[in-house]
Order: sequence, then C-alpha cells, then structure tokens
Amino acid sequence: MQTLKQQIDALASGQTTSVALVTESLARIAAHNGTLNALITIDADKALAGAAAADAARAAGDTRPLLGVPLIHKDIFCHEGWKTSCGSKMLDNFIAPYSSQVAENCDAAGMVVIARANMDEFAMGSANENSFYGPVKNPWNTQTVPGGSSGGSAAAVAAGFSAVATGTDTGGSIRQPAAFCGITGIKPTYGIVSRYGMVAFASSLDQGGPMAHTAEDCALMLNVMAGFDERDSTSLEHAKEDYTRELNTPLAGLKIGLPREYFAEGLNADIAAAINAAVEQYKALGATIVDISLPNTKLAIPSYYVIAPAEASSNLSRFDGVRYGHRTAKTGSLDDMYEQTRAEGFGAEVKRRILTGAYVLSHGYYDAYYLQAQKIRRLIANDFQAAFEQCDVIMGPVTPTTAWNIGEKNADPIAVYLEDIYTLGVNLAGLPGMSVPVGLASNGLPIGLQIIGNYFSEAKMLGIAHQYQQVTDWHTKAPQL
Amino acid sequence: MSLSQDDVRRIARLARIAVSDDEVAASQAQLNQLFTLIEEMRAIDTTGIEPMAHAQDVMLRLRDDEARAANRREAFQAVAPSVENGLYLVPKVIE
Amino acid sequence: MKWEVVIGLEVHTQLTTKSKIFSAASTAFGAAPNTQTAVVDIALPGALPVMNRGAVERAIQFGLAIGAKVNRKSIFARKNYFYPDLPKGYQISQFELPVVEGGAITIQVQPAKGDPYEKVINLTRAHLEEDAGKSVHEDFHGASGIDLNRAGTPLLEIVSEPEMRSAAEAVAYAKALYSLVTWIGICDGNMQEGSFRCDVNVSVRPEGQAEFGTRREIKNLNSFKFIEQAIKYEVQWQIDEIESGRKIQQATILFDPDSGETRMMRSKEDAHDYRYFPDPDLPPLVISEEWVERVQRELPELPVAMQARFAEQYGLSAYDARTLTASKELAAFFEATVAAGADAKLAANWIMGDISATLNREEKTIADCPVSSDALAGLIKRISDNTINNKTAKDVLKKMWESGDAADVIIERDGLKQETDTGAIEAIVDAVLAANPKAIEEYRSGKEKALNALVGQVMKGSGGKANPGMALELLKKKVS
Repeated sequence: MQTLKQQIDALASGQTTSVALVTESLARIAAHNGTLNALITIDADKALAGAAAADAARAAGDTRPLLGVPLIHKDIFCHEGWKTSCGSKMLDNFIAPYSSQVAENCDAAGMVVIARANMDEFAMGSANENSFYGPVKNPWNTQTVPGGSSGGSAAAVAAGFSAVATGTDTGGSIRQPAAFCGITGIKPTYGIVSRYGMVAFASSLDQGGPMAHTAEDCALMLNVMAGFDERDSTSLEHAKEDYTRELNTPLAGLKIGLPREYFAEGLNADIAAAINAAVEQYKALGATIVDISLPNTKLAIPSYYVIAPAEASSNLSRFDGVRYGHRTAKTGSLDDMYEQTRAEGFGAEVKRRILTGAYVLSHGYYDAYYLQAQKIRRLIANDFQAAFEQCDVIMGPVTPTTAWNIGEKNADPIAVYLEDIYTLGVNLAGLPGMSVPVGLASNGLPIGLQIIGNYFSEAKMLGIAHQYQQVTDWHTKAPQL
Repeated sequence: MSLSQDDVRRIARLARIAVSDDEVAASQAQLNQLFTLIEEMRAIDTTGIEPMAHAQDVMLRLRDDEARAANRREAFQAVAPSVENGLYLVPKVIE
Repeated sequence: MKWEVVIGLEVHTQLTTKSKIFSAASTAFGAAPNTQTAVVDIALPGALPVMNRGAVERAIQFGLAIGAKVNRKSIFARKNYFYPDLPKGYQISQFELPVVEGGAITIQVQPAKGDPYEKVINLTRAHLEEDAGKSVHEDFHGASGIDLNRAGTPLLEIVSEPEMRSAAEAVAYAKALYSLVTWIGICDGNMQEGSFRCDVNVSVRPEGQAEFGTRREIKNLNSFKFIEQAIKYEVQWQIDEIESGRKIQQATILFDPDSGETRMMRSKEDAHDYRYFPDPDLPPLVISEEWVERVQRELPELPVAMQARFAEQYGLSAYDARTLTASKELAAFFEATVAAGADAKLAANWIMGDISATLNREEKTIADCPVSSDALAGLIKRISDNTINNKTAKDVLKKMWESGDAADVIIERDGLKQETDTGAIEAIVDAVLAANPKAIEEYRSGKEKALNALVGQVMKGSGGKANPGMALELLKKKVS
C-alpha cells in the first residue's frame, strides 16, 4: 500500500504516472467497493481524463508536488459538477453548482478526484450506518462498522482506494473512523480549514481535515487543505504554515499529559494496553508523562448533544424542497410540501437531531438547555487550557471500544452517543486533535491513540505522531481484503 | 423533565417534518432517553460563566461594499425542482 | 368611556448599500427574477455569510444621528421559521445585543383639531438584519413564484417606544424618521419599492389606566396615508370590540388599502416560536471607537442643528426653518439661493410659496425644479432692488419655469420693469383721486386705510408696473 509521500516521490521521479496511479485506484475500487460500500460516486472517466491532463502538465514542466495524486472527497464538500449528497436522500439529485474552498484548494494543487466517499447522513453518526446509500463496512472486518461520520473516507484509505481522503469532524468524525480503520487523521484547530462550501452540520464545531496512512501524509495534505478564506467569517487570519516543518523535531523533553478521566471505567482493556504501550514508546523517545485532569469530560456529552443538534436544526432548515434537492411528489399545501419533503428526505437520526435541536431552542427551554450547554462548553475549554499549562500535548484513547458489529447498536441509538466521550471535548474547545494507529486489539481490530494539542499546534502534533511512526509499524498494517 | 407526545408533535411541526403516530411514540421514547442524558448537565452550577458561542474568540470580519457577484441563475436553477420564468415555484403562498 | 391610544412603530429601512448584507450580489431594484443571487442568497448547502462593512457604517450613522448608544459589540442571531421567501429557513438578525440602543427623535404633529405641537419620541433600538425575497402570486397554475433578488438586502429595523398617542403622532413619527434616514443618506426612501416599511403596534386603554391594553400589530405599511388609515380603522375596531364586551386578542394583522380595513393574519396561538440563537457563522460585530469618531466627524449637519442655524444666521422663524429643512435637498436649494445673492427672507418665502406650490402641483421634487437656485436668486434680486414688484415677479417666475430664461431676460423682453418715473405715476394718481372723491373724504376724516384701496387702481392704471409703495406715498402726499 502506497503512502501519499511515496506517490509524490514516484510521480516526481517519473517512476509512475498519474494515469497509472488512478488506474490502480480504480482497479482496487472495482474489486472491493462492492463489499465495502465506501464510495457514493465513482467517476472513472473524469478521473482518467484528469490524470492524463496532470501527466501532460507534468511533462510540460509543472512541478506542483501533488499534481496527479488520486483523491477521494467526503461527499460533504461541494465540488462543481459532482453530486454532493451528504449521504442523504435529500441531496441525492444535487449536482453542486459551486465548489468548496477545500475542493478548490485540492484542484489548485493538481490532485485528481476519483470518487466521493460515503458518510453518515449530514455527518450525523459514528458508525456510518446512517447513510441513505447503505452502511460502509470496515475493511478490517466487514462485519463491523468503520466508524463515522467520515467512515467512507477512512475505509477507502484503509482499503487503498487512494492514499488520502478528505474528512470532516464535528464531534470525532475524522478521529474515530481513523481509529476504527487503522489510519491517521487530524482535525485541525477550528478555523484553519475553510468551511465555505462544506455542507454544515454544526457550524461552530465542524472542521475539515485530512485522513491518510501516516502523519507525514496528513501534514502534506493539510498544507493543501488549510488556509485563510475570506468567504468564511470564522476562517482564521492565520499566516500560511508548512505543517511538515516539525516532522523531524526530536521529542526529548516533550511533556505528555494523560487525563485521568480518559482512562477511567468503560475503557476497553486492549485499548488501555495499546495506549499504555504507545506512551511507553514516547517515553523511550524522550518524553515525560504528566498526570492531568479534565474534570468536565463527562459533561461534554450533554453539552455537545444540545449544541450540535441546535445548530443542525437551523442549518438543515434550508432543505425545504424549494431551490434544490428532494421535493415530495405528493401534492398539497405549502406546509404539506415542506413536511412531506423533509419527512421523506431525511433519515431517522437526522430527524432525531433536528427535533432535539428545535426543542432545546424553543421558547422557555433556551436558558435551561442551550445557554447552559454553552456555559459548560466554556468550562470544558477552560479545562484544556489549564491542562496545557502542565503539558505540551494530551494523549489518550480516541474511543472506549474498537469497532462494533454492524446493526449491533441499532436498537439503542442514544447509547451510541456515549462512545463519543473522548472526542467531543476537542470540538467544543475548537482544539486540534488527531488519531494515530497504535495497535490491534485481540479481535484483530485497530486501535487509535488520540493526540490533542493546543490551538495552532498541528505542526507539532504531526511531528509527535511522525516520530512515533518512525519507530513503529502500526500505520503500515493493512487489512486483508 | 419529560416530553409528551404533544411536545413531539409540536416540535415536529416547528421543524416541518411530518410524523406518523408510530414515529411520535418512538421519538418520544428516544428524546426522553436523550434528555435524561442531558439532564445531568443542568445541575451544574455555571454562575458567572460566560456562554461560549464560538470555538474561537474572534471578531466579525467585514467586507467592502462591492456588488461583484455574477448572475449564475441558470446554473443555480439547473438543480431546482420547479422553476418558471426564472422564479422558483412552490405551492400557493397564502398570507 | 374615553379611550387612550398607544402606538409603537417598527420600521424596516432598506439601506443604500450597493451589495447585499451577507453577499456580493447587487441590491439594485427591478432586475429579472433571481439574477441577483449569490450562493448564500439562495442558501446553497455550505454557503456562508460575510458581513458588509457599508451596512454597519449606515447603522452607526443612524445611531449617532438620533443620539443613541452605538454598541461596541453586538451579536447576530438566527430567527428560525419556514417561508418560501426565506431561503435558509432562518433570518439573520440581531436579538439580544443590537447595534444601536436608545436615542430619540423630535416630531412635529399636526392634529386633526387644534394647534400643531412638538413631541419627543424615544427609540428602543435599531438592529441590522437581512430582507426576505418576494412571493409572486401571478397565476403559475395555482403555484406561487419565488424571487430571491431582494433576499439579503440590508435592513435597519428601527423600533420605537410605545409613545405615540394618535394616528397623527404615528404619521409624524414615521415622517420624521423618513426624513432623517433619507437626510443622512442611509435609505433611498423609495416607499413604492419597499425601501421604508412600517409595522405598527396598536392598543387602546381607558384614559388614566397605567397598564397597556393588548396590542395588535399591523404589518408592512408602505405609505404615510395607509399608516393613518390603518391606525384609525384599527383603533375604532378595538374600541368597538371592547365596548361590545369582547376582549382584544394579540394578533398580527394586515391592512387592505382597497377596503380600508384590517384583517387577521395570524393569532397569538399560531405565533411563531422563532428559536433565536447566536449565529455560529458570524462572530460578534465589534465597532471601534475610531470608527464611531470618524462617522461622527463625517455626519452631515442634521435637521435640528440646521434649523437652529437658519434661525440664527438668516433670521428665519422657527416654522420657516423647519419647513426649509424638510429635506436636505430643499435646505441646500435655499442656501444656494441665498449664496447667489438673494435676500434670505425673500428666498424663504419664495421657496416655501410659489416654488413649493408649483412643484407640488406638478408632482415634482426640488431636485427636478426647472428654476435653479441661481435663477431664483436672479429674480429675488430684482424684487429687492425694486426693478419689479411682487406681483410682476410671480408672472416672471411662471415664465422662467416654462422657458428656462433668466429673470432679467424676461423683464427686459416683456418690458416689466417697475415704473419709477414719479411724473408718469403722478398723472395716474391724479386721475384715480379725481374719480374717488369719497375715499379722499374718508381719509381726511381719519380713516387711514381708505387710500390703500386706491393703490390697486393706480397699479391697474400703470399696467402693474407702478411700485405700490411709491403709489401710496404719492396718494397720501396729494391728499394731505
């Protein structure tokens, strides 16, 4: 299985061509996507034409490093001319008439989009079972879920459909599927990657980021995805960074904080052991360990499950059957049209969150729910800042368990929310967080280590992960397909 | 705090989502389960804590007042369910 | 029972920015449907709002013009409801922390009966928000058409305290506000195009009662006449209801100009639950001290200050000063006329008199006045130096209006110069006196005014060219 770095080098040296890489990707997709269902749209013609154009450009002297590299976008980034379904029946017929900043940036880098990844509908879910296009299977064990909501992206990278894919993370949607599928993924500081053209779930939490095999690949890809965008009012006016610059920084003297609350009851023993082993590896690399506390960790769940649905209920109001997307075939009044269109177009989980959000914002409940959740959010952000006075980065598990079986938790959708306990706080605080593969559980499924940094410390975090990947080989493990 | 079926119907109506009686019952159970989860948050003393509406403490950026958006009606309406004479059509609006 | 009327207004003024409040689409009126829509205006998935500095600038101008507090930090919130002309399913507005709070405006009220009076109306707040699109109800096979060109046009919603006590006061307030927003140039004032729209909250209570009655809100009135008609109808309706033993229910109502009646749009029971919350796409709006100071420096002289200056500098009455500052253009026309050498009081009289009357008759504004301020000054100078009398001047103005010629050209061409040759007038005076012995007798017996009546005859005899003052003087001299 090739990494992005290997593809870049092979293209630069002329060892391979974009057409060859794309052809290989398409062959793997043809062989395995039927089983995995990781992709919603595959456009071989467009991909091959793009690859040929990239090869021609390279022959003519174009030296952009990522020129001709195959890419899969999560089906949440609008890309002009591509169906952008967001995993929903609501947008099953929606061909985006404009492009997101992320898609534009990848185009500008010369990357060749070959397909669009399956996902939980409107990014709501942590198992990729909430897609209109059916569940995605985990390449490590097709009986299990790949995680979500960027489960299609994670499964695609793990299965070698492409070396990199884009994802988004609102409550763990990059990190958790990366952990479940044994790949590396990073959710940057909120505001680093533009949300322009990225279908909104919860605007104050959503953040795009790369998913790949290695930290180095993530750094290379983040260089493409990140950047100030005046079209997004929450995009940070942050100077352009080279996220690869700290990959080779030695870790001697690094202070790693281990939050007590992340190792408490409910954590699977295999995961605890793998995390501890990784921590030991870091000690061997020169890091020291600090015991820290994030006392409000548990409150991240209620806070998140008020704020995210509240924002979602409003963000998803635009799906009304008037200007684009699904419209009911039933005739009736204007309100009938709205109610039927939305009842038909949205799946169960999306409806549940819209109803939750509408309720917590409704008259008489705002202070008790929404405002209180925002105050708790502040407490959680404060916890992290207090912790960063004692340590450089925080480490812990991404998930309390490894991937579960498809259908296993269908009967109790609310219980699944509890699985997000370690990832939600990062989104609430707007911090960068990443998942790095650090082992396989006794059931053969991958385990992810979460690294949480302070604002704008992506380069440092990627370096910390890269140093680990220089002395371990978990990131090179591939599922047998 | 517990939601009645009428509460569920009211918020479904607010959110413009048609719900069958079965769905109302199922939603009621699930939402009550969720609100039990959310309930533990409400007991926390947050006196004096400033609510956090944004992930970053930044101020609004302003753009210059320039009308420079191109007319892209054709492209935008290519994905519309129903248009005529450049207008989006909807069931009769009654004021 | 005597009833007291309580009225408060919420006025939506479209701001004069070139582009929309959250997108770079044009705000120009009258384009083909949906041709002025950017991704955010039709709410494509993933579209995001970016705030227009020009809209904020205008809000600051307004805040300073009414002496309000311009909040250094204000918050945009989402107001959630479904309507086809509201593409996002929410309107971006301001709720808890608006950009402008407080302030006041002085109104001149002309009641139906009694003398005109002044009153100060306090404002609650003014906030920035986006306009909605339009539903077109022509027949599309039983459907409605949606045009989103207007969606996202910046609005400043200006909310008054419920301090008006009659339709006349409400109209005076709306007019004063209209005059102010057009004066400072934040709104083009085109009411037909919906640039200035009023929602009027009306309630009644028994005189002397402290609590307010239940109010009903009349939506979307876009003319001063309709405001007056709607309030009068609504007040009577509410009084009739209460006196018939019924209770007023809170409601939103519409005024039908054709029938002159109000009708229910929605009751309190199906009032919206707007689920306001801070818009996560828009960080807080922060306005710097420097910005406010610059706007303050650049703010034009406001009507109240200009009225005081007109009274002081030109010796005008308070009434004249107010009338001449009804619009910035009128005031500028007056000052230009004076600057061109006209006597200020004469200029005021002519502008408020013949000029305004003719403009009104021809449904023109001062901007379209065919007689320029320079030309008017040319006319007034000939009155001041006795070349022509007032009556002749009226005829000259009429000719100037029609031909565009200068006063001097017309006076010369038509031979309208006042007769100042005493000899020629004396002959006429003699003839008039000879024909009116009775008047002479009356004058000599102490009835001073008796001769005044003869001035007209002298004027007539001179073909209007005599100077009336001179004629009277001569009459007196001859008789005494």
